[in-house]
Amino acid sequence: MLISHDWLRALVPHRRSPEEVRDLISAHVATVDRMERLRGDLRDVVVGRVVQAGRHPNADTLWVTKVDDGSGTLLDVVCGAPVVTVGTLYPFARAGTVLPGGVRLEKRKIRGETSNGMLCSARELGLGADHSGIMALEIDVPPGTSFLEAVDVADVQFDVDVLPNRPDLLSHAGLARELSALTSVAVAIPPELTDLRDIPLQMPVVGAREATSGGITVRVEDLDGCPHYMGVVIRGVTVGPSPDWLVRRLESVGVRSISNVVDATNYMLHGYGQPMHAFDATRLAGNTIVVRTPRAGERLVTLDGVDRALGARMTVIADAERAIGLGGVMGGQNSEVSESTTDLFLEVAYFDPHRIRATRRALGLSTDASYRFERGIDPAATASTLELAAGLVMKVAGGAVDGAPIYVGREFVAPAAVTLRTARAQRLLGDDVPADEMVRLLTSVGFRVQQAEGQLHVMPPSWRNDVSRDADLVEEVARLRGYGVLSDDVSPFRPGTVPDHPLHLLGRRVRDLLVGDGLAEVRPLPFVRGEDETHVRVANPIAEDEPHLRRSLLETLGRRAEVNLSRMQGDVRLFEVGSAFTPRPGGLPLEEVRVGALIMGRRRPPHFTEPEPPAFDAWDAKALAIRIAEVAFPGEAVSLEAGDDRRSWVIGVGPVKRRVGVAGPLALDRPPWAAEAWGVEVTLDVMPNAFVAPAGSHAHAAPGVVRRAHVRYRSLPTTPAAEVDLALLVPDAVPAADVERVVRDAGGDLLERVVLFDEYRGEGLPAGTRSLGWRLTFRDPVRTLRDKEIEGRRQKILRSLENELGVRPRITA
Amino acid sequence: MASRITTLEAFNAELERIQARAQGLVPEAGDAAALEAARVELVGRESGALTALGTSLGSLPKEQRREAGQGFNLVRTAVEAALEAARARLAAASGTGALADPTMPPRTSWRGSRHPVSIVLDELEDIFRELGFTIALGPEAEHEWYNFGALNFPADHPAMDLHDTLYLGAGTLHHGDHAISLLRTHTSPVQVRTLQSYAPPIRILAPGTVYRRDFFDATHAPAFAQLEGLAIDEGISFADLKATLTLFARRFYGAGTRTRFGPSYFPFTEPSAQMEVEVDLGDGRGNRWLEIMGCGLVHPAVLESAGIDSERYSGWAFGMGPGRIAMSRYGITDIRLLYDSDVRFLEQFAAC
Repeated sequence: MLISHDWLRALVPHRRSPEEVRDLISAHVATVDRMERLRGDLRDVVVGRVVQAGRHPNADTLWVTKVDDGSGTLLDVVCGAPVVTVGTLYPFARAGTVLPGGVRLEKRKIRGETSNGMLCSARELGLGADHSGIMALEIDVPPGTSFLEAVDVADVQFDVDVLPNRPDLLSHAGLARELSALTSVAVAIPPELTDLRDIPLQMPVVGAREATSGGITVRVEDLDGCPHYMGVVIRGVTVGPSPDWLVRRLESVGVRSISNVVDATNYMLHGYGQPMHAFDATRLAGNTIVVRTPRAGERLVTLDGVDRALGARMTVIADAERAIGLGGVMGGQNSEVSESTTDLFLEVAYFDPHRIRATRRALGLSTDASYRFERGIDPAATASTLELAAGLVMKVAGGAVDGAPIYVGREFVAPAAVTLRTARAQRLLGDDVPADEMVRLLTSVGFRVQQAEGQLHVMPPSWRNDVSRDADLVEEVARLRGYGVLSDDVSPFRPGTVPDHPLHLLGRRVRDLLVGDGLAEVRPLPFVRGEDETHVRVANPIAEDEPHLRRSLLETLGRRAEVNLSRMQGDVRLFEVGSAFTPRPGGLPLEEVRVGALIMGRRRPPHFTEPEPPAFDAWDAKALAIRIAEVAFPGEAVSLEAGDDRRSWVIGVGPVKRRVGVAGPLALDRPPWAAEAWGVEVTLDVMPNAFVAPAGSHAHAAPGVVRRAHVRYRSLPTTPAAEVDLALLVPDAVPAADVERVVRDAGGDLLERVVLFDEYRGEGLPAGTRSLGWRLTFRDPVRTLRDKEIEGRRQKILRSLENELGVRPRITA
Repeated sequence: MASRITTLEAFNAELERIQARAQGLVPEAGDAAALEAARVELVGRESGALTALGTSLGSLPKEQRREAGQGFNLVRTAVEAALEAARARLAAASGTGALADPTMPPRTSWRGSRHPVSIVLDELEDIFRELGFTIALGPEAEHEWYNFGALNFPADHPAMDLHDTLYLGAGTLHHGDHAISLLRTHTSPVQVRTLQSYAPPIRILAPGTVYRRDFFDATHAPAFAQLEGLAIDEGISFADLKATLTLFARRFYGAGTRTRFGPSYFPFTEPSAQMEVEVDLGDGRGNRWLEIMGCGLVHPAVLESAGIDSERYSGWAFGMGPGRIAMSRYGITDIRLLYDSDVRFLEQFAAC
């Protein structure tokens, strides 16, 4: 919302600087996002000090001066003014500056003397007609200061971020109301409106459905869409250009002048927040205005030239034959005011916010009018606005009111009174605001307050449709008083009843593991191109080529790796802890929090001792899978079952090998130079998303306590271990895991560790076999094992291997 | 072995040869590779001389085996002890020995990194933990009621326009229908789920990803991190909110950091406020005010949505964007860098 400092000052004649106004509004009303001096054409003009001046050697009327423009170098400047005073500050335009009117100053020689710029007169800056001399500045700022900042010559524009709850702030008068309360300066009639013709409008002709005045009949058929409709006829206007003051007012809020009549309505919109419309009264068929819903198939060409199909929930303004405007949104071309217009019908109405919102959304057409109606304008202000508007039109376009205004519609319903208990307000604010102070603050912005024992009965003003319960009044008191007055001392607090979510703790543990392992955490967008059968679809996706949510974190990690490859980055190690989504019929998708990891490229950075480190391979992926699963499921056994491709695995945990994830190669769009990518994904847990309790109620049963499994410490051994190595000839068809199982079974309780330390294939071995080297560690917890005992176990293991798997020792020597 | 040893004399001769060889080889080994070669030659599992000799014990006459075995064990023990001593000697030497050129680069391993947004989230979490907050989580795919209805969003109101929503499913949308599912537009649904689940006092922090139907450009992303805080108990006031968040700001941005609070609007808080901090971002522009969070007293309608007595309990909530904070802190000017996952970007945060 653009607000002009001058316009605001016309409504509240305060003496504050623009900075003070900005800070007051931001602290108490709404954030001022931006503050900008208008007259951007003077942006490059600075304040310069003449430090030396002498007569021009070749011209009697010229001066040769040296000017300090703050740059550190004194500039030679030739000046033609009658008087130049050394030590005085002047507006200074350096060479290169474009002056108002578009003239670009160049460095040039004037009668043989160089001039690097110009000391300016008021007229040269477009600040008046004074051309008698350069503009001596009676201020104290360092040379080089921006002229606009230093001298209050231009209006200032504020961009105020008005949030949806405060439509009453969408005008200068609305903000003036607040500024008046904050500065204790009463709201005034702006100078441009003080001389409005002193002819008050007559009492309106009122009808519940229909009324006639000034030769025009108004009938409202759609009272739901338009509960309040007012209008007045003005005859004998002359449409033409607006006076300068009106052009400037509109320019100050970024609105272009169109004609005196249209500008007057725009003035009312920006000045008073009332969108209005002027129809050419002579173009109304049947001298009738009908406010109704559209007929089936009805169309309207709006003022922007678009031919629009009208829908059932819209409200149209029509004459006896056809639609002539889209109520509350935009007028129609067929009734537009033109240069030949002499008679006007001025409309001031209140349209239903929901209906306007539906219309705006259906047509994709948002206007200054729809923006305000959708949020809700002051329904009680129609009469006063119409009177002001009629006066303004007559002032700028001439003409006279024909007859009394017309009012058709429902009676205005005042907002309900709200009770505020003063003790509750004090408790909620943590601030002992006296009741009298509350009354003063509320009254200052238009609330009517009745004080009773311990409470206030508060009548909100008609423009405050956002106030309906006591909390709203607490906010009014707090913001008007200022949040700054509240204490910064932290009060004691009781600890909460909510335990940490286990998934958060788990996610952090997994993340610490993977960061330690040299992977980089990522947080990519979760949108992918999937299939409707397998993926959750976004109904209104941002990009049509990625309309689904990922089902697996590896989908997005793979795409991220490809982006890195496209940027010639082949060493990619990424992970994410995030949500994956699976469609579920008739409700929210299944949402699982997972950890995904991707490794690709060299296993270590190159070093002069190892210039070409090997690339990550399947064994790294398998190891990563086990590490992640062990951290994610502490105390549970982790097992990996190979898939049919024999290079990927399903990760299982616990005695039943509950499936928690996968590990294996990733299919990527990969240039020839890039190494193979490997992925691991582990599901940490399901994120519950069912209703906790019905709307409006509490579950009254806290979720069960989650018990974590902990590792159990085993006492450290006090006896020596004995190691035995087995070199076994293992047929390719026999998996190493089977060998290990048989070794463990046959080895008995004292077999502490079994490690596969070697694999050999090739020469000297029967076809279809390999040699596997195992190191077995035996230990008895209470005594030293004898060689004979170990040898016995070795023999037993070898027998079992031969009997169960047909595996024999490899004979050497 | 070229020939099979069948007599004690031959056995002892070979044993002596090996012992002598070991006495020459092991102390001479100047580095780990030489020592390993010596180990393999002497006691290697496949071709070691002692290993081979050991297998021939069984070929000796039965009455000589005991004597041969005793000698063999003595030698084997001595050789293994010598190897072990040499290993220790070399290990010690490598720790104190001078390098030929110490300026050469060290051997490194890949360094992992937390995402810059996570670094900020972790720091925020740590500060609020000291103030008694624990972590609550909730789903990203939500019911419309948790995202809007329970949070006092007026149906069909411009307030909804601030939350341009991504809806789930292929069908048509019916606004106000409780069955509608969507991607949460803020972490505030976690407030409602927590309020429905636990009895006050409640002090939680809810970090998570939220979604808005924003186009992906340098300053907007359709999904981003948010951190929500909620404190509910008897007698909690707006002054508590201001004091707690000011304390937080001074922890996060440094002691003495100035804060200011101005009015704002969220359907689920009343009064609503925004907090600004005065910071120098190190970009040469000096101190300036930065809006870092929205906050307010929890609207009584929200407590009522969760079946909590709004007369007895009150509380406050805040929400902030760790992504924006990370961008301002690290000087990141294009938000897309946070999502691209370019390893050259990510590795810059390895030391953070």
